[in-house]
Amino acid sequence: MIRTHSYWLLFCAVFNKDLKLAFRQRSEIINPILFFLIVISLFPLAIGPEPGLLARMAPGIIWVAALLSTMLGLDKLFRDDFNDGSLEQLMVTPYPLSLTVFAKVAAHWVVTGLPLVLMTPLFALLLNLESNALLATLFTLLLGTPLLSFIGAIGAGLTVGLQKGGILMSLLVLPLYIPVLIFATSAIDTSAMSLDYSGQLAILGAMLAIAIISAPIAISSALKVSVS
Amino acid sequence: MWKWLHPYAKAERAYQLCNTLLPYFTVVCVATMIIGWIWGLAYAPADYQQKDSYRIIFIHVPSAILSMGAYSSMAIAAIVALVWQIRNAELAVIAIAPVGACITAIALITGAAWGKPMWGAWWVWDARLTSELILLFLYLGVLSLYHAFEDKKAAGRAASILAIVGVINLPIIHYSVEWWNTLHQGATITKLDTKAIDPSMFWPLMVNIVAFAAFVGVVTLIRLKNEILQREKHRPWVRQLLTQE
Repeated sequence: MIRTHSYWLLFCAVFNKDLKLAFRQRSEIINPILFFLIVISLFPLAIGPEPGLLARMAPGIIWVAALLSTMLGLDKLFRDDFNDGSLEQLMVTPYPLSLTVFAKVAAHWVVTGLPLVLMTPLFALLLNLESNALLATLFTLLLGTPLLSFIGAIGAGLTVGLQKGGILMSLLVLPLYIPVLIFATSAIDTSAMSLDYSGQLAILGAMLAIAIISAPIAISSALKVSVS
Repeated sequence: MWKWLHPYAKAERAYQLCNTLLPYFTVVCVATMIIGWIWGLAYAPADYQQKDSYRIIFIHVPSAILSMGAYSSMAIAAIVALVWQIRNAELAVIAIAPVGACITAIALITGAAWGKPMWGAWWVWDARLTSELILLFLYLGVLSLYHAFEDKKAAGRAASILAIVGVINLPIIHYSVEWWNTLHQGATITKLDTKAIDPSMFWPLMVNIVAFAAFVGVVTLIRLKNEILQREKHRPWVRQLLTQE
């Protein structure tokens, strides 16, 4: 087959389609944020409301909540397209599947990751995070949540053909999230001591760069296994 | 360049290869295991500080090394399976995975048993313990993904992809965890020239590592043979083989 459109056009088409679908069904965008908010408000109730303790635990709480709430949306990332057959149609186009997948993951991040980043100042307020650590939290979430989307999409691609893929996917993906969690929380901790945390951010950025290059390939081969 | 690999894409040849290799591995395994355990547990001198409780090293260290080794061989099999489309390599991935998971569990349990008298706690959130635990999660992920698929062909490929993703992540996880927190002592065996471990303890440990490696080999080969027979049970050669015995 002949490619009649540029790769950029394909990227935009898939990206726009996914965004449009998400905005038509707004609960998809709002639910992960609500989940995030509820998880965060559970912690002060469970541990106790002392401001010092909360500020100490805040990076961990925010990041664990972020991990869990991105997991929520991941299950739906390929499922609808798989069920109505459009995933197969995307595979038989003469365009590389990894590009399509990249667009889908990017749209997923805009829908689930970006709102978290934008809402962070509010969460920081709830958890008594100081302004220094707030900035670090913003940066780590900005670099870390796309990374979570890319790694998670591999798990979503592997389990999309399965009936009860949801819980299995979290088992596969959560261990792979550990490095992100470690570096992100360490950056926030370092910033709370007013030290330089650019090293941790650089490592997060490096991991994101590797994920952008290699994850779409892994995701597309996973999807091929699931669809065939 | 890789032509020698192709005959083993045929299940029958791979089965025969397993049969030829199995006796060698069994002999090495039994011999080194008897020598290593008796030497290590009975004859090696007791540690001046840890007394006899250090002897768990002869099980703990080999199983920890082999847990990583088994994962890397599983990943190599997965790469072979995906690159050359050799289905027997997928079977090898599945043959190794439970063995690796068990040996990782052995490393964790013996480590906990050793940690109790030495550090005063069954479990500490130390870097090596944590990365070993994550390794166990990765093994279990591969296994549960394989068993979740109805279609075993797709299952083998999916498990192979996950094994490769895991092996790329493993060094990242290892170093990130190491950087995060370290209580465990550093590597002692590789620093032989600095006399970090006495030769009277080093050599039985080496023998035990060989024994564990051969043991993993034996169990994997037996499992691989079973997997091949199960996958190819409709083929004439399998029927012939089974009616012969």
